[in-house]
Amino acid sequence: MSQIPLPTRTIAGPTGLLRLATAGSVDDGKSTLVGRLLHDSKNVLADQWDAVERVSRERGFTGADLALLTDGLRAEREQGITIDVAYRYFSTGTRNFVLADCPGHVQYTRNTVTGASTSDVIIVLIDVRTGVVEQTRRHLAVAALLRVPHVIVVVNKIDLVNHDRGRFAEVDAQVRQFCDGLGIHQVHTLPVSALNGDNVVEKSDNTSWYEGPSLLELLGTLEPAITDADAPFRFSVQYVLRPQSAAIDQAHVEYRGLAGRVESGTVRPGDEVVVLPSGRRTRIAGIDTATAELESAGAGQSVALRLADDLDVARGDVVAGAEEPPEAVREVDAMVCWLAEVPLRSRQRVLFKHGSRTVPAIVTDLHGRLELSTLEPETADAFDLNDIGRISIRLSQPVPVEDYGKSRSGGSFILIDPQSGGTLAAGMAKLEKNGSGVAVPKLTIEWEI
Amino acid sequence: MSTQRDQLDQLENEAIHIFREVVGELERPVVLFSGGKDSVVLLHLAAKAFWPGRIPFPVMHVDTGHNFPEVLEFRDRTVARLGLRLVVASVQDYIDDGRLAERADGTRNPLQTVPLLDGIVENRFDAVFGGARRDEEKARAKERVVSLRDEFGAWDPRNQRPELWNLYNPRHRPGEHVRVFPLSNWTELDIWRYIERENIELPSLYYAHEREVFQRSGMLLAVGPHSQPGEKDVIERRVVRYRTVGDMSCTGAVASQAASVAAVIAEVASTTITERGATRADDRISEAAMEDRKKEGYF
Repeated sequence: MSQIPLPTRTIAGPTGLLRLATAGSVDDGKSTLVGRLLHDSKNVLADQWDAVERVSRERGFTGADLALLTDGLRAEREQGITIDVAYRYFSTGTRNFVLADCPGHVQYTRNTVTGASTSDVIIVLIDVRTGVVEQTRRHLAVAALLRVPHVIVVVNKIDLVNHDRGRFAEVDAQVRQFCDGLGIHQVHTLPVSALNGDNVVEKSDNTSWYEGPSLLELLGTLEPAITDADAPFRFSVQYVLRPQSAAIDQAHVEYRGLAGRVESGTVRPGDEVVVLPSGRRTRIAGIDTATAELESAGAGQSVALRLADDLDVARGDVVAGAEEPPEAVREVDAMVCWLAEVPLRSRQRVLFKHGSRTVPAIVTDLHGRLELSTLEPETADAFDLNDIGRISIRLSQPVPVEDYGKSRSGGSFILIDPQSGGTLAAGMAKLEKNGSGVAVPKLTIEWEI
Repeated sequence: MSTQRDQLDQLENEAIHIFREVVGELERPVVLFSGGKDSVVLLHLAAKAFWPGRIPFPVMHVDTGHNFPEVLEFRDRTVARLGLRLVVASVQDYIDDGRLAERADGTRNPLQTVPLLDGIVENRFDAVFGGARRDEEKARAKERVVSLRDEFGAWDPRNQRPELWNLYNPRHRPGEHVRVFPLSNWTELDIWRYIERENIELPSLYYAHEREVFQRSGMLLAVGPHSQPGEKDVIERRVVRYRTVGDMSCTGAVASQAASVAAVIAEVASTTITERGATRADDRISEAAMEDRKKEGYF
């Protein structure tokens, strides 16, 4: 493990839950890789394995078809393809993993964006024989756009080129060149045969020229997305707790607390805060959970905040640290991944959901679509399913949207169809004027028009 | 140990966030409660999410009529302790008045779908919280946290909404509803570790006890009013426990000496068979048994 060139912060290695997303084109062997990872790390139970062996025999396979471990839907097994994102849980003793297995056909961007939006690591599969293809570019662009902290490219089917070092080096160079253009400067590439298990859990003798870790070894060293305790405090109000006669006991009849989640930073009793969009200031009187009153709460914690003053606060409001509060805005510039069958056109009316607030909005401009082969913008009158592009949106009410490059939670939003309620797009806000000199890692896909 | 604690905190925070988000957006939520361990944990988390208020929605039990008596008793006691309203959708009623026919094999889990859907419509529930976990079964692994159901209660796995970041979208047209699964990312082991940490009471049959059982299709079935041994079946007294509770006629016990939460955790951590594979006859019918039932509107 010592040869792995990775910035590990702790000597013992990171622990806790790591969220992974896998992405690959049809026939890249992704389900086989996931099946192999689960099987070789001993996360498949006897009855699951019996079922795989039985069905493989019935289908006339000579060995067990590992893809059957993950392809859960009837149509998937019949057609030998993966249809929808599947979530898998596995453990290595020191670490637990949640894996979002994102299929690579038809609704590929939609699935990859879904999986990548909550992931710490994205694993992109490439067939070593074909190298980087359009789907690979799309998956890597999504990884860059969503700022997935770690990118791993598995160069699969290395057995089909006789474990050739030269061919791996060619594909590796293609990957690095494209990633550089996207602003992904640290990418891990591995030669793998998911079918035979080369470099999945154990290092393989077939690729003795490869000096890096196996996939599982590599995953064991990666840090989850950094939740910075010193980031500015943000809290989305989800629900106002005012139990009155429905209180669990007499002592809490008059209780009033703001139920929600700390999106970023840390909060302590006594902290000065501002409630947005009203802009009213107050102090934190207390932080409660059902079991204890807390001395502080950090990112990801679901708590209830008591405020020192009886302000008018409702679901959808944001409580922010008074030192660096976000600005509530009516105009938002953003990159979006269009995820609906019906195309997006200029002047379209949508609902805009950010944190716990949903407001009516109008898409005022389509600035252009990202052409993935060149990573250049091209003009477009409409965005179709799977398109990635830049738009402007006008909101009916001010919302404290932040730059996605500064804050994943403050800058992410979804667009919703007001009629059907369906989710139309994943959005990442881009705020130049509120940037206040903070360096955002350069991304070619954040082009200027 | 700190890893496990961090992970349970993470899962608890996520589940509470999901409860608050859906209750904040929709009008008439309900939580499914069977007395099974997952639904007990679900209710425990709902109580935490809305503390110091009572849980602001009723609970619904889709009652097969094939219950373990100790589970029914536990259900009623829990609902009373939390001060909740209980809605019972009864499979027995449907069989009595002819709306449903008893199946040839006598099991009733697949019959739950119609009373469940009717109960949702009659009470105009728009969000139905359930304790399903993605690690349970392959079709469930494809399920969203917030999952749309059309007016027939059907799940369309090929046309699910993308679920981005933690921005859940429970909006739907009139007549449709959403199923919500706050325990999506929990594993069986997480559930047990949480039960231990939070000192959560469960129906007694989850722990090792002596019971009269007989073997059927490799499972140990309890001798009771809904599961009668055949003439050739051999009745024995064994020390057993249940890994899931449900229809008594098709839910099997496992031989186990695990009489405490700690002993159960040790057992689950070293098991080689999934909980559904071990104890649910109805999931063994075909490769896609769960998918087919889910498409029809089953939980």
